[in-house]
Amino acid sequence: MMDFLIFLSDFIMPLLIFYIIGYGLLSKLSVYDMFIQGAKKGLMTTAELLPTLCGLMAGVSILRASGFLDDAAALAGGVTEWFGLPAPVVPVIFVKMFSSSAATGLVLDLFREYGPDSRIGWMTSIMMSCTETIFYTMSVYFMSVHIKKSRYTLAGALLATLAGVAVSILLAG
Amino acid sequence: MLNYLWAGMILIGIFYGAVNGRMAEITEGALAGVGDAVNLCLTMAGVMALWTGLMEIAGQSGLLHKAAALLKPVIRFLFPEVPEDHPAQEDISANMIANILGLGWAATPAGLKAMKSLDTLNPTPGTASNAMCTFLIVNISSLQLIPVNMIAYRSQYGSANPAAVIVPAFLATAVTTICGVAFARIAAGRKPV
Repeated sequence: MMDFLIFLSDFIMPLLIFYIIGYGLLSKLSVYDMFIQGAKKGLMTTAELLPTLCGLMAGVSILRASGFLDDAAALAGGVTEWFGLPAPVVPVIFVKMFSSSAATGLVLDLFREYGPDSRIGWMTSIMMSCTETIFYTMSVYFMSVHIKKSRYTLAGALLATLAGVAVSILLAG
Repeated sequence: MLNYLWAGMILIGIFYGAVNGRMAEITEGALAGVGDAVNLCLTMAGVMALWTGLMEIAGQSGLLHKAAALLKPVIRFLFPEVPEDHPAQEDISANMIANILGLGWAATPAGLKAMKSLDTLNPTPGTASNAMCTFLIVNISSLQLIPVNMIAYRSQYGSANPAAVIVPAFLATAVTTICGVAFARIAAGRKPV
């Protein structure tokens, strides 16, 4: 099953590229020119994104370097154990809101420490698969169209994340 | 909101670092952070160019139109404000398809395009429309069908059954998405736009 899934996911991108270009050729389009045209747009979008990313990542790095994130997690851990949420998982939830790769780093550390089939391993496996980076996504998406007032987006995103954490705890048993 | 959030992160970080005597680490952290941002953008630039290049072909050949048709009933339900056959429908479906397939890096460029399209429909520039709020909440609630990365990590750290996470993860994703959509529906109902 695992091999098949990896096999399947290995095939998705190449087949998608093959299909898109093949379909374009069959539609008698000058696919190369179109690719260049589209790639230019992609590079412009990335360039527009760079200032946002610099600001955001400087902010998160400062917060992490100050020790605030770790201390807040340790503090919260005392309360969350009561809800069935182990303290080592708490930083994952908070960091995941800011950065997916940083959260992945934390989860791999927990896998090494407790094993992926432990209760903590199960909880984080499910949690990582059903939550997204709230603040990163909101900043990048809203700033790209200069939205200042995000209205109920944050509340909805936090509710979805909370539901994901609760379901992860329940499913991990 | 983002204004205060960002300023808050930095001010709290520096204040907390001063109390903890970690001022040197803070400067280092800030510099490392912007360095990471530039590196990430360089990697992303290539990925973005490849993806938007392919999407240009897919768009002009009518492929995106076909894919959007498959997701249309879902999108019509989630975004009643988006008029029929508006480009936003295709951009949203491209983003959703990428998310469902676990191609996170491909989802972002499509998502940014969707935001631009939704912004052309936004009667109140600077304030998020209902469609934008719903779009972000659905994105943040995660749409992934198969958590391919997580299966790989689990197998790497010696799980007896790495793929066993698929069904629980799908269940959890379904719950978060349903919660997110229900909330967006209720919140949107309160105030039109």
